Amino acid sequence: MNFDFSEEQHQLRDSLVRLLDRGYEFDKRKQIVASETGYSREVWRQLAELGALSIALPEADGGTGGTAVDTLVIMEALGRRLVVEPYVPAIVLGAGLVARAGSEAQRARLLPRVGAGQHLLALAHDEVDSRYELARVTTRARPDGDGGGYMLDGAKTVVLGGGTADTLIVSARTAGEPGDPTGVSLFLVDATAAGVARRGYATQDGHRAADVTLTGVRVPGDALLGAAGDGVALVEHALEHGIAAVCGEALGVMAVLVDLTSSYVKTRKQFGVPIGQFQVLQHRLADMLMRVEQARSMTYLIATTVDSSDPAARRRVTAAAKTLVSQAARFVGQGAIQLHGGIGITDEAPVSHYFKRLTMITLTFGDADHHLARFSDLMDRGERNA
Amino acid sequence: MARLPEVRSTNDQSVVFTSSGFVHIAVPVYARGMDLSYTADEQRFRTEVRSFLDANLPAEIRAKVLAGKHVTRDDFVRWNKILYQQGWSTPNWPTEFGGPGWNAAQQHIFEDECADAGAPPLMPFGIRMVAPVIMTFGNRAQQDRFLPRIRSGDHWWCQGYSEPGSGSDLASLRMRAERRGDIYVCNGQKTWTTLAQYADWIFCLVRTATDRRQQQGISFLLIDMKSPGITVRPIITLDGDAEVNEVWFEDVEVPVDNRVGEENQGWTYAKYLLGHERTGNAGVGNCKRWLKALKRIASQQRAGGRPLIDDPRFRDRIAQVEIELMALEVTTMRVIAMELASQKPGPEASILKVQGTEIQQALTELQMLALGPQALPYQPAALDAGYPGPLSGPDYAVPITGRYLNHRKASIYAGSNEIQRNIIAKHMLGL
Repeated sequence: MNFDFSEEQHQLRDSLVRLLDRGYEFDKRKQIVASETGYSREVWRQLAELGALSIALPEADGGTGGTAVDTLVIMEALGRRLVVEPYVPAIVLGAGLVARAGSEAQRARLLPRVGAGQHLLALAHDEVDSRYELARVTTRARPDGDGGGYMLDGAKTVVLGGGTADTLIVSARTAGEPGDPTGVSLFLVDATAAGVARRGYATQDGHRAADVTLTGVRVPGDALLGAAGDGVALVEHALEHGIAAVCGEALGVMAVLVDLTSSYVKTRKQFGVPIGQFQVLQHRLADMLMRVEQARSMTYLIATTVDSSDPAARRRVTAAAKTLVSQAARFVGQGAIQLHGGIGITDEAPVSHYFKRLTMITLTFGDADHHLARFSDLMDRGERNA
Repeated sequence: MARLPEVRSTNDQSVVFTSSGFVHIAVPVYARGMDLSYTADEQRFRTEVRSFLDANLPAEIRAKVLAGKHVTRDDFVRWNKILYQQGWSTPNWPTEFGGPGWNAAQQHIFEDECADAGAPPLMPFGIRMVAPVIMTFGNRAQQDRFLPRIRSGDHWWCQGYSEPGSGSDLASLRMRAERRGDIYVCNGQKTWTTLAQYADWIFCLVRTATDRRQQQGISFLLIDMKSPGITVRPIITLDGDAEVNEVWFEDVEVPVDNRVGEENQGWTYAKYLLGHERTGNAGVGNCKRWLKALKRIASQQRAGGRPLIDDPRFRDRIAQVEIELMALEVTTMRVIAMELASQKPGPEASILKVQGTEIQQALTELQMLALGPQALPYQPAALDAGYPGPLSGPDYAVPITGRYLNHRKASIYAGSNEIQRNIIAKHMLGL
């Protein structure tokens, strides 16, 4: 058992921090957020050069065979700068799915280009009525023609990074009814294919998402990603990695919020003294710091669990981590705004942007209530007769 | 090698500051990357501890602990001696003083297994509180005299810190120690002294000077409880038990040789001790046992014609505490690993104290709530092993409400949780 990052991970982190300190100042981020695509190709290229896009990919696919702990190191650094580039949708979810489920040909076709920053992926899974229930898929894939192809019909919503993706990973039913845990399959769909309509928009935190409709979209048989019917299990594992990643990002965001807030209360004067001298504010900040440290422990736990081959262990830790980190995020975010007073509710103050990203993280891939209920249902209930 | 942004250590705290002043819990740098799973060696160690407990923990003591019955002084001492024979009675000590020299993971595994097996807790006053002070600030003669007897369980220690007028403001303490040749003559009163009725020795903070700042007139004395002039009076607490005491000192003579470190420097040693005390306050192993017990109670109790634990509303409350406990387990190991690397406790121990005691209180509250109306009967005689009856309700319900009542103390002792927040604000946030 060991609680620190390796030398390589420290180096990765340092390089990333240097890169973002130089090229991702708050004003620069604002420009990127306001741009047409909502992300910077230049920053994406630099992340690729650093190896940050391919670090967790297998060596055979042009990566370095890293782990979720490497991803955590990256995500915490991205969180500290509120980076809006589509790292989670394209790399953690998209590339991770292709690496785990893809055929040799699919991996060879996509992963080296994704890792090099030349191709973007997005996971189109959620639907209007699915909320956080992974098996609630109504999009259909029917056999099409004699060549083993499929025709896809349906609508996906809040597809993170969906507006700029080159290839969409679409979940669709090849069997069963909405809610069935099996019968969902995944398909690699060219985002510009006939019948794919995308409406991109900004999310509350300056990231981007899209609603995607599929109307008679024809894909060949080799577009099937993983075995037919395995889609829900594959998406679940992908989202476990996604949750580990956004927990890491939340750590970076929360660390900055505690930092900004403790600095602010040391300088802001009322009643002739810095307001940080008031015990009621000190204790709220102490509570925020404790929540961050507990969230850090839980994030270390999930980052060292999601690569496990034991689905039960992954499920339990993921549900626990997303619950605790989301609760911490809500507490730390709201505390940061409150302690900043009026300035905290302005668009001008960075704290408000950190707060918004943190809030959206709590709602992404299942909120605290959803995951607490999951944990509660999965929970070992102990001996029945003692 | 760089770490999370620029790192520096302050003189008196094992904390690191980032470039912007925010403090992280630092951890030693290892060659390989983070891994929270147990290594093969650690798993072997767990098996070794478990087999030892299976073979050596007396069944009647185990039964009392698991049922929440009274554990006697003899039980505690007997268990301490069994561990001593194995070399495990002081799990937090370095080998230099006869400890096992365990790392953070080993200490955690040991605590975990002992708690799970139903071993009585090791009393912290000797091994975790006074011993680190004697090791660090005591002289050779004191180390040779006291440490082996703490290890063997021959000396039961208690803590003479709080006084009626000095709780959170400990430095205002008034118990006097007047120097007369090579003895101190002690007069005053200590209070909230846990298990003083069992103790052979007490370590006391006493006032040896009044002509200077409060903190600079305190000395740290080791006092034999058999000394003439000491009176111990029990304080009955809200659970009806007599766990804590008042200890009165009337012209008690203490050899100057029993002073640890310098005269009037006792406050420094006192704070050092408090840091060690707090690290031990998390009580993760015990909380895991209580969590198991809570699930067992909630499985036995019925609500709406089914086991209470099948009610999602109640089960979610258990789940919430279990999740917080999972995080605390990792936080505890991070802090222990850091302390082992720096050789001293830092303000992070305050996080463990607050989080640990809040979880303890949540668990004891849920245990009581799970009993519903069966939480009401007060049946103290049934807390003694072998009570023949009669009994209202199931035997497992007997200790539960008393445990809830008793553990209101947890957020008050060892520096109230409000004092801990002051420490965090001052030393970790620079406020």
